[in-house]
Amino acid sequence: MKVDMERIKKVLGPKKQFIHGDHALCYGALLAGCTFYGGYPITPASEVFEMMARLMPKVGGVCIQMEDEIASMAAIIGASWAGAKSFTATSGPGFSLMQENFGYASMTETPVVIANVQRSGPSTGQPTLSAQGDMMQVRYGSHGDYEIIALAPNTIQETIEHTIKAFNLAEEYRTPVHVMIDGDIGHMREMVTIPHDIELVERKKPKVPPEEYVPFGPGLYGKKKVPEFAVFGTGYKTYVTGLTHNEHGFPATDDQEVHDKLVRRLCEKITDDREKLTDYETREMDDAEVALLSYGMASRSALGALNQARKEGKKVGYFRLKTVWPFPEKAIEELSRQVDKIVVVEMNLGQIYHKVREYSHCEVVLSGKIGGEHHSPNEILAEV
Amino acid sequence: MRKNIRLCGSGGQGIMTAGEILGKAASVFHDFKAVQTQSYGPEARGGAARSEVIISDREIGYCGLTETQYMMVMSQSAFDKYNFDLTDDAVVVLDPDLVPYAEYEGAYKVPATRIAEEMGNKIVANIVMLGAFNAAADLVPQEALEEAVKDSVPSRFLDLNLNALREGVKCIRSGE
Repeated sequence: MKVDMERIKKVLGPKKQFIHGDHALCYGALLAGCTFYGGYPITPASEVFEMMARLMPKVGGVCIQMEDEIASMAAIIGASWAGAKSFTATSGPGFSLMQENFGYASMTETPVVIANVQRSGPSTGQPTLSAQGDMMQVRYGSHGDYEIIALAPNTIQETIEHTIKAFNLAEEYRTPVHVMIDGDIGHMREMVTIPHDIELVERKKPKVPPEEYVPFGPGLYGKKKVPEFAVFGTGYKTYVTGLTHNEHGFPATDDQEVHDKLVRRLCEKITDDREKLTDYETREMDDAEVALLSYGMASRSALGALNQARKEGKKVGYFRLKTVWPFPEKAIEELSRQVDKIVVVEMNLGQIYHKVREYSHCEVVLSGKIGGEHHSPNEILAEV
Repeated sequence: MRKNIRLCGSGGQGIMTAGEILGKAASVFHDFKAVQTQSYGPEARGGAARSEVIISDREIGYCGLTETQYMMVMSQSAFDKYNFDLTDDAVVVLDPDLVPYAEYEGAYKVPATRIAEEMGNKIVANIVMLGAFNAAADLVPQEALEEAVKDSVPSRFLDLNLNALREGVKCIRSGE
């Protein structure tokens, strides 16, 4: 479907608005050309659904309430195969239910975007409060070997921008991309300036005649490890299966070589570009002896701690992951050679902390906070 | 300049709306930066509701309150729960009919619910409070606040809301 940017801008209204993170996800999706939302309401992500239900019909899109999160994920995969840029949003318990189909989307190389407005767990936990509880689940929650792209914005403006970026990356890599915010950002309002100059990426379509098309073969016009995507109903035939499949899409489940080649390619199409996908922000790092490493909402508290520490004359610096997955291994390694200590600030009992330790050569400690409140600057500085 | 502001009461009173209007006034209709956060329980009505607004002339990093300089209160339980971090010179504006037992010297008492009822619609009590709160605490220019109200309420209730806002301002001005 052709994106009518003028219409989208008109639907979104004034350029400057005071909106919360859940609505920022919707604005980003619309600006990226999303025309399908399949979802199931869940606090604190329900406002995404409500807003998409209002917005989709205005841009000729479709918003559908499914019977649960499993079906929501299935619906957006189907919509993507029909050519739509598709989107869903959920929170902890719903995210758990989606895991099976995340794997299916990875295996079938389906571009989809999922927003997770995280809350605490395990199980239904604290529905109305905030946490960063799914940072490992997003990476490892489905079974088998796969890689994922996950972004973690920390302002409402960045939530719009990261959502647009997520759609672009999903199209470029033919993979699910996650926008990991949390209940606090989801329900927090800041002023945003709606971006009007946006570069959009569209999935590469086959140019060869249908009889020559190899749906899961090497990419011919773009990335070699990302095959062209033939939208259903355009004259090309694609057999789509979660089973191990050969380049023609047909199951070859007992062939070691086929499986090895397929799954390595699925992983490598993302990890080959690890450096290109790495995105982080630093502050006050030049003379820093201790680095506060964080992402998402926790990084706002880390900023408070940074300002306080600098006022007290402490040599503290700030390192914020904007892309959490694929993990920026090299950047963390370099950071750990620059400082004596890294304090990982996150709203869980240690998830990215373990990943940071894996690539660090210095002391790494955790400042983890749970229970729905964010860290106070003093709590973070107690670990410095 | 960093103003740490808390608006609190119980669910359904329009605490979140008041916080949103204040933050919008500061950042969209004036040149401050603003962050509005909110927390509430699982109930649609009743239960503690809290909205925090930070207004600053610089980038806002930390989104929590380390202390509260300005507080608008619309229920006794909210006052009891949230007065712990008030600064010594905090500006507190409360509705005495809803917060009868507030022991806080110098608090502005604004019978917002009664005023709103007299105006014919109890639903705008939060806007009466907001008008009074801003007049007492001098948070954002009055014009910016009115613009934010216009931008936030359905047009058929616009006059009611603007009048409510001005009644709140009057309440503070007449007491001075």
